[in-house]
Amino acid sequence: MHFELSETQQLLAKTARQFLTNECPIAEVRRIMETPTAHDAALHRKMADQGWAGIAIPEEQGGMGLGMIELAATFEQMGRALVPGAFFATVALAAPLLDDPAHLGPICEGMQLATAALIEADADWDPASWSTAASNGTLTGAKMFVPDAAEAAFILVAARDHGVPGIYRVAKDAPGLTVTALKSLDLTRRLYEVRFDNTPAETIATGGAAEQALKKALRIATLALTAEMAGGMARVLDITVEYAKARKQFDTPIGKFQAVQHMCADMYLWSESTKAAVYYAAYALDKDLPEAASALSVAKVYAADAYREIGNRGIQVHGGMGFTWENDVHLYYRRAKVSETMLGDNVYHRELLARAVVDRL
Amino acid sequence: MDLTLSAEQIAFRDELRQWLAANAPAPITRGGNESLAQRFEKLRGWQRQLHDAGWAGVAWPKAYGGRGASLIEQVIFLEEMARAQAPPMANTLGLGLIGPTIIHFGTEEQKRRFLPKILSAEEIWCQGFSEPNAGSDVASIRSEARLDGDHFIVNGHKVWNSYGWVADWCALVVRTDPAAAKHKGLTYILVDMKSPGVEVRPIRQISGESEFAELYFKDVRVPVANVLGKVNQGWEVALGTLMHERATLGASITILYRRSFDRLVELTRAVRRNGRAVCEDPIVRQKLAQAYTELEVFRLNQMRAVSRVSSTGVPGPEGSILKIFWSEFNQRFQQTAQEILGPYGMLEEGSPHAIDDGAWSYGFLRTRGNTIEAGTSEIQRNIIGHFVLGLPKSY
Repeated sequence: MHFELSETQQLLAKTARQFLTNECPIAEVRRIMETPTAHDAALHRKMADQGWAGIAIPEEQGGMGLGMIELAATFEQMGRALVPGAFFATVALAAPLLDDPAHLGPICEGMQLATAALIEADADWDPASWSTAASNGTLTGAKMFVPDAAEAAFILVAARDHGVPGIYRVAKDAPGLTVTALKSLDLTRRLYEVRFDNTPAETIATGGAAEQALKKALRIATLALTAEMAGGMARVLDITVEYAKARKQFDTPIGKFQAVQHMCADMYLWSESTKAAVYYAAYALDKDLPEAASALSVAKVYAADAYREIGNRGIQVHGGMGFTWENDVHLYYRRAKVSETMLGDNVYHRELLARAVVDRL
Repeated sequence: MDLTLSAEQIAFRDELRQWLAANAPAPITRGGNESLAQRFEKLRGWQRQLHDAGWAGVAWPKAYGGRGASLIEQVIFLEEMARAQAPPMANTLGLGLIGPTIIHFGTEEQKRRFLPKILSAEEIWCQGFSEPNAGSDVASIRSEARLDGDHFIVNGHKVWNSYGWVADWCALVVRTDPAAAKHKGLTYILVDMKSPGVEVRPIRQISGESEFAELYFKDVRVPVANVLGKVNQGWEVALGTLMHERATLGASITILYRRSFDRLVELTRAVRRNGRAVCEDPIVRQKLAQAYTELEVFRLNQMRAVSRVSSTGVPGPEGSILKIFWSEFNQRFQQTAQEILGPYGMLEEGSPHAIDDGAWSYGFLRTRGNTIEAGTSEIQRNIIGHFVLGLPKSY
């Protein structure tokens, strides 16, 4: 029994961390987040050159053919660096819906960006609630909170053709497609409303195949998101502890005061506990264990509360500085808050868990 | 990452599981007309039975009566015991804390003298660390031992001694050099509780029970040969014990808590309120799912800690998160149970209509002790702050 990354996986994580320290320091994040789409094509291609864009995609489809633990280890580092832009939408959300090498190849090479349009006006993550209509090769309806839609070369859309679920591919220049930017709390990941009005669409999958693809994509995306959250909260802890050691009041580093020290200890507890939950979910998904779905909901529920609380404490320990735009903690705090609702909030995931452990369905 | 067990570990687990299915007695619980002492004798008999079949001291060296297996097998043992709803072994502190400390610091003679009788439950152990003025600040111990030829003369007062009322031996920390700095002048010494001058008084807790005692030592003569480690180096030995305390508890806790959780779920299915089964109430469902989430995360933290200890060999200060986690979780969980059970949750042992013979009202009160015993939550957070995060020591 071994609950740690293997040496190869550790090396992968270490390399990713070094790469992002050089290529995506926080000054770069701030520069990119001020651009209209908060995306930098050069950074995206450099990350793809590392093999990350196809990390868990089989080699015969153009990827690296690694597993869920490697995927989590890489996204943890991206969350730590607060990587902005469409990498998450492309790699964690859209790519798992595809299996055609012709679609996946350009994604793995970093040459094409994509996203997935899933939830609608009522922001319900239950696929049964989605009602965008597919008919005769066109889509009509509206999707909400679609990440990075303005950068995507194509959008994968969950829709229904006379009740049958399907996944459809809409090119960015398709007629009848309207992409409207929303102003989101997270400055590093843009969200959009996407409308379809008799918009031509290519069918990717229908019926059971579409349901399977959605299930798989939602699981991979949830894992990647919780791994990002684990990385982000560890970074907030580091920034905060560093500040508590350096900042003096009453001629004493504030980290000597128990009121401050205990906030940092709680942040450590939440951060380490999140890692345990995330890597177990990665393991369960990798081995396709029956408890994989519950393990992901546990990780999501725990990470959502942990990241937000770590942000709360991180800002508090920084005092007035923590409330300024220049301090980096709020950038992570914003990401934490948006990640909390993305892919299902805690009420949604706790209800999924209740079905599993209370109703024993 | 590989969370599967090896073929030998699976064989060990299956053999134990079969043995427990055939031999484990009915749960030995509170209630009925049995006293704490009567229940304890049942637990001692159960430990003897385990020992005779070779299951006591799974990870202890064979030379002293153990099984010589690894920490993973020890964890499997605790998990299987809990899964079979088998009663715990009687000599909790001897097995969990003092035995491992003797294995680590003891002389060959001490190991041969003490370890086999810990395993057979022939000698029950308690631990004398805390004093009225040395609680969290355990190094400010005042109980003293003065050298007199080949004996120490011990005088002092200890409190919060689990099993003090039944113990044959006590692992005692005393001051042997009053002139030395706080942590320097302490010695860890093994004291025969039948020695003249030892007095035991029970402490009555908020739950009404007396699991703990206070110990008084008046001119108690203890052979110098009973010092564990070196004279005036008792602090290092005691720290070793405290680390063990945090590292080994978790495995059985995980499964005991899971059983309480499952029982509470069962009750929510049976009890009706507002015209529906309580388990259909969305707020109750959210609370149960939250408890399950925390329970799972604790289980995973524990697994990760065991994996780390079995590769590094020593429990580290990060074990403090386990102590904070289980104790604070248990308090939140008991509160959730109270909210779900309503007025029935308040009924105590022996009352008409009490659910599970008052186990929930007892649990509610007993868990207040969880964040105090075995190192308060505040001390655990100090340990994380200083030893893990490198913040300046706050005191």
